[in-house]
Amino acid sequence: MNRRNFIKNSMLFAGSLVAIPSLIVSKKAYAAWPKKSFDIKDLTESVSSVYGHSNLEESSKVKLKAPEIAENGAIVPINVSTTLDNVESIMIFVENNPQPLSSGYKLTSLSEPSIGTRLKMGKTSNVMAAVKSGDKVYTSTQEVKVTIGGCGG
Amino acid sequence: MFKQLLLIAFLIPSISAVASPERDYDEFVSYFENRFPDTPFEDYKNGVYSIDKSAREQWEAMEEFPPYELNVDRGEELFNRPFKNGNTYGSCFENDGIGIRQNYPYFDTEKNKVVTLEGALNDCRVKNGEKPLSYFKGKELAHVSAYMAYTSRGNKFNIQIPNTKEALDAYEDGRRLYFTKKGQLNFSCADCHVYQTGTKLRADIPSPAIGHPTHFPVYRSGMGRLVTLHERFAGCLNRIRAKSFKGGSDELNNLEFFTTFMSNGLEVNGPGSRK
Amino acid sequence: MSTIKTRSKESNGVVTVKALIKHPMETGQRKDKKTGDLIPAHYIQEVHSKANGKDVITIYWGPAVSKNPYLTFKYKGNKGDNLEISWVDNQGNRDSKTSTVK
Repeated sequence: MNRRNFIKNSMLFAGSLVAIPSLIVSKKAYAAWPKKSFDIKDLTESVSSVYGHSNLEESSKVKLKAPEIAENGAIVPINVSTTLDNVESIMIFVENNPQPLSSGYKLTSLSEPSIGTRLKMGKTSNVMAAVKSGDKVYTSTQEVKVTIGGCGG
Repeated sequence: MFKQLLLIAFLIPSISAVASPERDYDEFVSYFENRFPDTPFEDYKNGVYSIDKSAREQWEAMEEFPPYELNVDRGEELFNRPFKNGNTYGSCFENDGIGIRQNYPYFDTEKNKVVTLEGALNDCRVKNGEKPLSYFKGKELAHVSAYMAYTSRGNKFNIQIPNTKEALDAYEDGRRLYFTKKGQLNFSCADCHVYQTGTKLRADIPSPAIGHPTHFPVYRSGMGRLVTLHERFAGCLNRIRAKSFKGGSDELNNLEFFTTFMSNGLEVNGPGSRK
Repeated sequence: MSTIKTRSKESNGVVTVKALIKHPMETGQRKDKKTGDLIPAHYIQEVHSKANGKDVITIYWGPAVSKNPYLTFKYKGNKGDNLEISWVDNQGNRDSKTSTVK
């Protein structure tokens, strides 16, 4: 390591020391948000951390609407609905994102099991919608291709 | 194929010819009628979504709650915010600036130049003692323009070209820029948006040339902000590695004049949502 | 001005809610193009909705949700419901909006 890099690195280190206290504060404030699940980088581990197991059952009763080829990875429209009863939650996992868990929807007795959002996708990936109904987790998976355009301007 | 070649031959400009905007327009429209027989004329206002079904579905999902609505709200605020002298943008325009997007650009026969909406907004600022604003980076000018387009949705473009040498020259200048190969990649606007529209340019489908200006400014999701027509022109020129022009320059004003004339009869539907 | 825009419509006893929230949704993984520094993570973590004071849905978001996030959901409800949507982000900012179902 040359001298200049050493100085640069020590400065970076000093910078990160300053940043740490504020991170600790923000972590504490929102206990309900499942930080651990959102931080996990592997799909199976992510699923286990959400449900306590990774026994998934593919089901045609879970309807996942996602584009085959995303117009833009920055904003991919995703809709999930199901005809299953007693739906507790809907989760959307994007396998190849840095952290697969993208979003989770905790329903109540008032909710209808139908949600939609727009997600960022770094690259082509399977998108999995998971619906928890009773003790089981039912899924539907679809590949969404993310391409790099020619005329981004 | 022969028919297509024939049409292309018509479209290649001959620099010495006397400009005939009406004839150009008829040739343009019939070229696209032949090229995309399934696309109704009025649908060209939707740009590439008029010819790309899969992209259209995602765009329609976007339109359920388009991201630009936040920008339109902000544009309305800025539009109504008084300058230091108490006047607002509306004071510079007919009908207080509401529902007039389709009248731009026009050729000002006194100044002998093309006036675009963004140009008129900047003229308005200067007249009221404010600084003109940048066309780039999706700031105030883009927001006010987006709001004014939004109030004009459904109104049809009917750009007139006064029968003066200067006006025809401005049109011809825009047309020439449209068809002239430029940059290290040696592309003209027409190469992609006339001859190759509907085919693939890497992973993109170049949009058809008619209907280009109708939905500007656009909210581009990839950039997460508004983009004015001139910034888009400049972006395109950069992509073909050509020297670009400044927002509000005569070159881009004239290019806007030409492309909007080619979109006559289509509705304003700006701001648009694009990838 | 509120950061939240909503549209809600009732049909056959089911209310469809659509909302758009103004928020940068920074992942914390992007670099500032000029300085090369990482842009700090700044994203909404939780969205909550109530109808007439009763919980309808709780949403957890990670940084993969797009900038100016959109959400839609449905619940059993009626015209005239008092619908509240609120969010809180990882930096502790929050906002809420109440509207009437049409």
